[in-house]
This record gives sequence, structure tokens and C-alpha cells, in this order.
Amino acid sequence: MELPDVKEKWTAQINQVTIGATKDQGGTRARTVTVGGQTTMPFLTFEGELPFKPVIAGYVADTPPGWPEVLINAIGKEINSPEEWAQKCVEEYGVDLISLKMVGADPAVKDASPADCARVVEDVLKAVDVPLIIWGCGDDEKDNHVLPECSQAAKGENCLIGSAKESNYMTIVAICKADKHKIISEAPVDINIGKQVNILLQDAGFDLKDVVMFQTTAALGYGFDYVYTILERARIAGLKGDKLMASPQICDVGGEVWRIKEAVVDEDVLTGWGKLEKRGPMWEAVCAGVYLQAGADILIMAHPEAIKNIQMTIDQFLKGGKE
Amino acid sequence: MALTGMQIYKSLPKTNCKECGLPTCMAFAMQVAAKQRALADCPHISEEGKEALSEASAPPMRLIKIGAEGKQFELGQETVMFRHEEKFHRPSGIAVRIASSLSDQEVQARLDEINSRVFLRVGATLKIAFSAVEIEGCDDPAGRAKLAADKSDVPLILIGKTPGAMKSAVEAVKTQKPLIYKADASNIEDFAEIAASIKTPLAVGGSGIEELADLTRKAKAKGAEDLILSFDSKHMGETIRALTIARRSALKKQFRPLGYPAMVEIDSESLENESISASIFTAKYAGIVLINGMEPWEVLPIMVAIQDVYTDPQVPNTVEAKLYEIGSTDENSPVMFTTNFSLTYFSVEGEVERSRVPSYICVVDTEGLGVLNAYAGDKISAETVVKTLQEQKVSEKVKHRKLIIPGLLPIFRAEIEDTSEWKEVIIGPENAREIPAFLTGLAK
Ligand code: SF4
Repeated sequence: MELPDVKEKWTAQINQVTIGATKDQGGTRARTVTVGGQTTMPFLTFEGELPFKPVIAGYVADTPPGWPEVLINAIGKEINSPEEWAQKCVEEYGVDLISLKMVGADPAVKDASPADCARVVEDVLKAVDVPLIIWGCGDDEKDNHVLPECSQAAKGENCLIGSAKESNYMTIVAICKADKHKIISEAPVDINIGKQVNILLQDAGFDLKDVVMFQTTAALGYGFDYVYTILERARIAGLKGDKLMASPQICDVGGEVWRIKEAVVDEDVLTGWGKLEKRGPMWEAVCAGVYLQAGADILIMAHPEAIKNIQMTIDQFLKGGKE
Repeated sequence: MALTGMQIYKSLPKTNCKECGLPTCMAFAMQVAAKQRALADCPHISEEGKEALSEASAPPMRLIKIGAEGKQFELGQETVMFRHEEKFHRPSGIAVRIASSLSDQEVQARLDEINSRVFLRVGATLKIAFSAVEIEGCDDPAGRAKLAADKSDVPLILIGKTPGAMKSAVEAVKTQKPLIYKADASNIEDFAEIAASIKTPLAVGGSGIEELADLTRKAKAKGAEDLILSFDSKHMGETIRALTIARRSALKKQFRPLGYPAMVEIDSESLENESISASIFTAKYAGIVLINGMEPWEVLPIMVAIQDVYTDPQVPNTVEAKLYEIGSTDENSPVMFTTNFSLTYFSVEGEVERSRVPSYICVVDTEGLGVLNAYAGDKISAETVVKTLQEQKVSEKVKHRKLIIPGLLPIFRAEIEDTSEWKEVIIGPENAREIPAFLTGLAK
């Protein structure tokens, strides 16, 4: 029977963003990672192009985050050394790139100095040859000191630097222009603020083609629906030609999931909810998997089992070819 | 689907006899379209005309009910492709397979397990929606179906292929209105007849969407109207594309042969993979996911994914405005308040849990607005906070009179201290993230 033609005619393309620089390009990475470039919604290859597959960035921090034991044990002793942790992510888990967060710089954690943070960047760059995402600690004031030094330490490596908000975008634009990095623009689950931040970046002379959007991330069951929908709306707007929403999107799944009850509390308290050892990584994987459907291009993930399972999911959903 | 005046006019007698009280058939049609008149007000409309109109006015995706009166599961009648366009109406359900190779005792144990997979989470009860019993290959398909009907708390799906076995099984439990799973090209006529004669829903699967559309037409011709489009998951990418095409055809083109809800039978190498795939398919258009495992750690994330994706995006997500006790609180535990916007509450709750300082959180009804929006919109004031503290009898829980207030509302301090028994108001952090450091500092 003849079926109606239901192909959507999207008019625009999501920006193609490359992270990392090889020797020829002025950096020291063995390979680069490119995301974006889509002309349709996730996995709908019958009506458009998905030139690059979604990627996984291994979560690495200068200081072990306050994570539950099941996650710390799954990663192993390497969690105490950012270089070894990053190596494990690349060699054993097979991640596409590393997301390095300066957890220890937070005045409430260790108040690590900007110089310490810069050293961690250098060490990780030496330890692995994949592209790098660099985040501050989330405390604006501190990050204004931390990020410039980290950026400088990675000069020419074409990193992705996070994150530019309404409150600090000037600093981020300045360092990313000077040291040739790309920017993560952040807005708290709000499409209008997201646009606003991108307008500010543009007005400050930064090309939106070098931006990845971070709508912030919520763990499954904790406002996940809001983020899911913002990712989806932003992607639809981008495909319909809204240049301010045409950036690829990043989700910090690992950073969010391992703080919530379902990934932290074991069966002794949550009777009948299943062993935390299994439930925790499952929570991370399902959260990541469903975000993929909404338009996530880079997933930051922490648990090796969750990473392995999402790598498989990405392959399974891209398989099957075109009509 | 709302009909236009023109569509309605086409099915009227066009005699302008005025018996409906209006000067012309066209005028009458316009009023029916505007829902100011009922079609029955025209005494001359033909049976064919009525049928054509009811067909045309049917929703683009049919509503299907599975299960006995009183414990029915409903799916279908969805209206949008993306939840922000309106909302997803009917949360998907998980169906757990019960293999035919199991003995009666094992089946019973598995049904008990299905019945016991009930989770209470953020005020909602999450459970497995179906027991999916394989009757094909059982010595006594009718007996197996009966056993399941007796023991299962939730509606049944009967899995089989040969019409004889299916007929005896369905008849044995026909008052349960089970879903017949599934008709394909080899048995569509017989299966459709069984479904039609017992008036129970039927899942239909084809190799490819074209064949599927042909098969649903055939089923309909046999009188089976309550259909579900069934997809396998051998190539997950293909499945998600097929689900999308079917839903778009129904919703955007009113293409009747695909105007039914969908389900996916998950075929995975591991329970982990099954959980991820099932969750994804519930977000992208499967009303039912049929899975093999039911470990709590496997099904709970699927249930929560459904819970999230099927939340109404136009209704602010709220938690009940009451006093929450986090950890093993006692009369010395700190007391704080926050709003009933669920995102605000959960971030506060999560951080309090992380701090490991047992605390009371008094939730004030702000009609689902966060702290700043509630303040700006006059949905929270020192007065409503004091009133809420009284209503929740917080002062009976603790012997101190210290109240931690959100750092974004320092302005409330004086009034609360002046007008209530809470004489020591402490201004807390502006960000939930800072709560653990704040609470541990306070405890020192
Ligand atoms: S009663 Fe029916 S046929 Fe007569 S004018 Fe009204 S709509 Fe037309």
C-alpha cells in the first residue's frame, strides 16, 4: 500500500564543531572529534544527514568528586590521579574525548590554585592524545581566575572551554580567542537565556560556529523532562533556521546522575529497588540514552559500564542504514 | 479530529428543508463544526452520511483499552510528535514476557514477581503494566492463559502464532480483554476474526511499514478495529524510524491504516541493553515495550523515564506542600523551607541528603513556582511561610526555634521573627549546591 510522504523538510543544518588540534593544526592531539552537521532530528536518516555520531566524553576531575563508593570502586585507584584516570577512560573505556573538571578549585572543596589547575591540564594533555573539554569548578568568581590559566596551559589545542554564562562571558571569550579554543555556552534550562548568551558571545565577536550549547543537565527523575524538552526544542529551532540555536549540545550526565538518591543509596534503605551496583550505572545509561533522542551530541559519562552500554546503544541506533 | 463545516456539508442532504431550524444545510454544517448543534438535529441525514462523518471525526490515533473493566490499560489517542507541542497523553507501559518453557509453578512465581514490582516514587505508584504470557508451545494454552488471568494483578498479553491455540487461550480469558500478540501476514485473517468475535484488541506486525498498513486494513475488514502496531527491534535504528513514520502518518496525514498506537518487542543481548532501548522507545512513540527481564534495577529506570517524558509540560511540576523529614531527624534537627516547585524541592532535598545532616524541609505552596519567581509573583510571603509552618505543626517536631530561609529571600527574616515563634531566622545559601557545606558548618 502506498504510504503518505511524511518526510520533514528541515531548512537548516546544525553547526559542525571540531574539538582538538593535531600537530599539523598547531596542537598535539592524535585525532580530533567533530560533532553536529545534522540536517534532521536524531537517528532519522530517512530524511536527512547525520554526518557525525554522538560522542562520549569521559568524566575526569582534578580531585575525586564526592561520589558513591560503587562508582569510585568501578573506576579504581586511578580516580586519584587525573592523568591515570584520563588514560583509563581512553584506553579501557574507549571514550572519544576527555572532559576535565576542576572540582578541587571550588573554595568549598580544596580551593586548589589556578596554577595547580593549569598543571593538571598540562599533565592530562601529556597523558592522553584525545581532545579535551575543560571546565572550571562552577564558582564564577574562582573560575574567572582558574579558566584563564587552564586555557593558557592548553594553548593551541582547540579545547572546548566551559562555561560561558551571562555573568562571565567576557572573560571566556577573551581567553578562547587568545588561546584558540571553543566555547560551551551555558543557560539554566531556559531557551531564551540560551539565546541571550549566544547573542552576547556573538556581539563580543565570537563565532557561534565555534560554540557548543549546555542547557545544563538533570538526572533522570529530577527535572529530566525539562532538559529533554529544551534539548529537543533547541534542536528543532536550529533545524528550522534559528542561527542562535544551531549549535551542537552537550550533557553532563555523569556529573548529575551520581548525586541523586537512585544512584547513591543502596538497597538497605531503598528496599526492593535493586542493588546500587547495578542500579547506579543503569540510571546513568538510561539518562544518557534518552537524551540522545532529544539532540544530545556530547555525553559526559563516568561509570565504565554505563559508557560501554551507551557506546553499544549509539551503534545500534545508527545501524540499519538509509531507506 | 475536528471537522470543518465544508466536510460536514458534504454528508448532508443539501435540500435546505429548514427542519433543523436553520435556513440552509450549509448554515447547519457551520454550526455543527462550531459545536453549537449536534448532527442528530438534522432528521434527514443518511446512515452513510453519519458513518462517513464519524469516521472522519475519529481521532487520528485510536484509543485502545486492554484488560478487564476496572483495571484497564489505555494507550493511543496521542496528538503530537514532541511533548512541548502539547503533551504526551498516555504513559507507556512495560510488559514482561513469561516464557512458554516455564512450568506452572515457575509461571506463578514470575507472576508474583510482576505483581510485586511496585515502586512508590515522588508520590506516584510505578508498576509493571502487563503480564505477557507465551501460550504457543504450551501443552494447554487455555490452562496457561487461565492461570495467568487468576494470578496476574495487571492486564494480559497473550503471545502466540497459531490460530487454534490462540483461539482457545483467548476464549478461556475473554472477560479479561487480553491483547492478542500478534497477527502477521501468515495468520492475519484468523487472528482478526478471533479479535473481532471476542472484541479484544489485536497487535499487528509486518515486515516493513507498507505491509503493516496492508495488514491493519485486512484486520479492519474482518471487523477487528482495536489494533496496535507492533515493531521488533532487530535494527533499533530502523525501528525508531518506523515508529516516527507511523506516528507522523497518523497525526499529520490522518492516514487511517497507521492510526493506532504502537508497541515494540525488545530483543537485546543483555538486561542493561534492554533497559536502555526500552526507555528510548517509550520516549519515541511506543505505548508498550515488551521486555524479558524485570530486575528492579532494570525496570525502575524505564518507569522513571516514562514518568518524566509523559509529564504534562504545561502544568508546573509540584510536590505536595507538607513537612518532609530527610534522614533520621530528631528534636534538634535543622528546619528550613522551600517552594513546592519540584525542581527546587528536589535539588534542596538532594543536597540535604548529600550533607548527611538529618533535616526538616517545610514545603510552602507557591503554585509550582521557584523561589524568585514565587516572590516576584506574590506567591510566597513571610506571612504564608509562617502560616505553613503552623499548619504543618513544625514547632511540635523540634525544641529549638531556628529557621533556615532561602538565601534569595533574606528580606523575610525580620517579619518572620516578629510575627512568629521562630525567633532565630538564619539566612541560608542562595544555591542548593552550597547546602551541604552550610549544614555541616551549622552542625559544628
Ligand atoms: S434539516 Fe438537514 S437537510 Fe434540512 S436544512 Fe437542516 S441540515 Fe439541511
